[in-house]
Amino acid sequence: MAHDLAAPQQRGTARARRMSPRVWRNLRNGLLFISPWLIGLMIFTLYPILASFWYSLTSYDVVSPPQFIGLTNYVQLFTTDPLFFRSVGNTAFYALIAVPLSLLISTVVALLLNANVRGLPFFRTVFFLPSIVPDIASAMLWSWMLNPQFGLVNMLLKRIGLPALGWLTDPAWSKPALILIGLWGFGGSMVIFLAALQDIPQHLYEAAELDGAGTAAKTWHVTLPMLTPTIFFNLVLGMIGAFQYFTTAFVLTSGGPAGSTTFYSLMIYNNAFRYFKMGYASALAWLLFAFVFLVTWIIFKTSGRWVYYEVEKP
Amino acid sequence: MATQLATPRRRPPSLGRTAERVATYAAIVLLACLFVLPFFWLISTSLKSPAQLFKLPIEWIPRPFVWQNYVRATTVIPFGLYLKNTLYIALFNVVATVISCSLVAYGFARIRWPGRDALFIVLISTLMIPYPVTLIPTFLIFRDLGWINTPHPLTIPALTGSAFSIFLLRQFYMTIPEELSSAAQIDGANEFQIYWLVILPLARPALAVIALFAFLSSWNDFLGPLVYLSSKEHYTLAIGLYGFLSRAKTDWGALMAAATIMVSPIVVLFFFTQRTFIQGITLTGIKG
Repeated sequence: MAHDLAAPQQRGTARARRMSPRVWRNLRNGLLFISPWLIGLMIFTLYPILASFWYSLTSYDVVSPPQFIGLTNYVQLFTTDPLFFRSVGNTAFYALIAVPLSLLISTVVALLLNANVRGLPFFRTVFFLPSIVPDIASAMLWSWMLNPQFGLVNMLLKRIGLPALGWLTDPAWSKPALILIGLWGFGGSMVIFLAALQDIPQHLYEAAELDGAGTAAKTWHVTLPMLTPTIFFNLVLGMIGAFQYFTTAFVLTSGGPAGSTTFYSLMIYNNAFRYFKMGYASALAWLLFAFVFLVTWIIFKTSGRWVYYEVEKP
Repeated sequence: MATQLATPRRRPPSLGRTAERVATYAAIVLLACLFVLPFFWLISTSLKSPAQLFKLPIEWIPRPFVWQNYVRATTVIPFGLYLKNTLYIALFNVVATVISCSLVAYGFARIRWPGRDALFIVLISTLMIPYPVTLIPTFLIFRDLGWINTPHPLTIPALTGSAFSIFLLRQFYMTIPEELSSAAQIDGANEFQIYWLVILPLARPALAVIALFAFLSSWNDFLGPLVYLSSKEHYTLAIGLYGFLSRAKTDWGALMAAATIMVSPIVVLFFFTQRTFIQGITLTGIKG
């Protein structure tokens, strides 16, 4: 690397001349092996990102060819479409409440399970299984569980003397209802936390014990710092999940009542495949891309401050 | 080792310790009950007659079991056809993902070539892109190919691998000692032979993990079939069940029976492959 930087002008040609047949062969083989992915990258990622920017500057109803209309779609989004801000707000609500809540629960449950609990495989299964239930099946199940009149949840609420709620039919409760359904599937991240916990070296705890640390102190000063990379990983996964949150809301509420569950990806889907406004939907998609780019950049820039990576032994 | 050190220090558990243990178990058992409850209610409802559904006090275990719901769930919709379509897509995805990802991961993990690490960063970044971003142009590509309302948009892309599985396999390949490759090379093996004869046999556990994930994600996929499939002959279970939900609206027994049928293969699969599952998830999470 260093000698490349020393002579920047002739880097390309000099390197090409210096490349031994072996390096050439490795380059050729390497590219051959990854070629399936490279082709996919170009067709299913790079081209769509560029193309959707072009479509976002057009009016396109799928049937007649796209008409160039400049920034009209973007202007319309920000000035005349109330549902745009609604969907941004709903998605932010989900990302800022459901994601941290699910991180918190998975950490706590993983900590509980990690305390030498008997029957660990059994409990792990119980908490993990809901996370692999197909979205459509879980949506069907919860539409019955949360049925305002005959649903199990309301029956139990009434039995302990609480008022029954409208859940998915009430704009005030529809998002909490979806968050509840999402929390049922927290098991995936819990299993990751559990694995990370079991990876923490025992000697750290022994050292803390010698210093007189109790359970709380050990959790706070040893476990949590060692978990930060995992928290970080799950946070990133959760955020991406929030941006593409679709099926449950689509099936259970199709965005209602009163737009309270119109999430961003639902908004894109509706515009593209229900109203056939491909240009408009592409503008939405491109804003999402720009936003994710920005958020990812910020997360990675700031992660150094709070994520603790143990130095790898040589 | 830890136990040996611990034994001499063992003393009768203090009151605080015991209280802590009891509280831990109480919290876990309570939470576990809450998480099992929806499953229990799903199966319980699927075995109830309409009269039993709304009975008060709640009939937790239906008496008698009513199997009629399962008959309705599998005959009102062309269940066998949907199952066949779903299995075709899922199995295609499993085979294609395993082949493509195992090749690509080899290129990233076992060969050193200029530009490799930069491209790997590109691969990782694509994991961050939510799919709604690329959905529309991808749809238009498949439309231009005349593939709308065929299973191809749900199968062919698997031939190009999935970034997540490539990442996972690469992490696994990296743990295989380099000496094995060099030894094979000295014996005159070329890269493909090293991949095929040395690395693949050793990577079986990791391949099982990505096969499992590929199956699950096709089986559970909803948006893909929703966007690309428009006629019943091509429907998958996920989308067929959605149609059933909008049609059967309040036939809760049959709806829960249908959902049970869709969930049960996943549960069975999980019980048979539990270790693979947990290992796979662990593999993605820890050495990220």
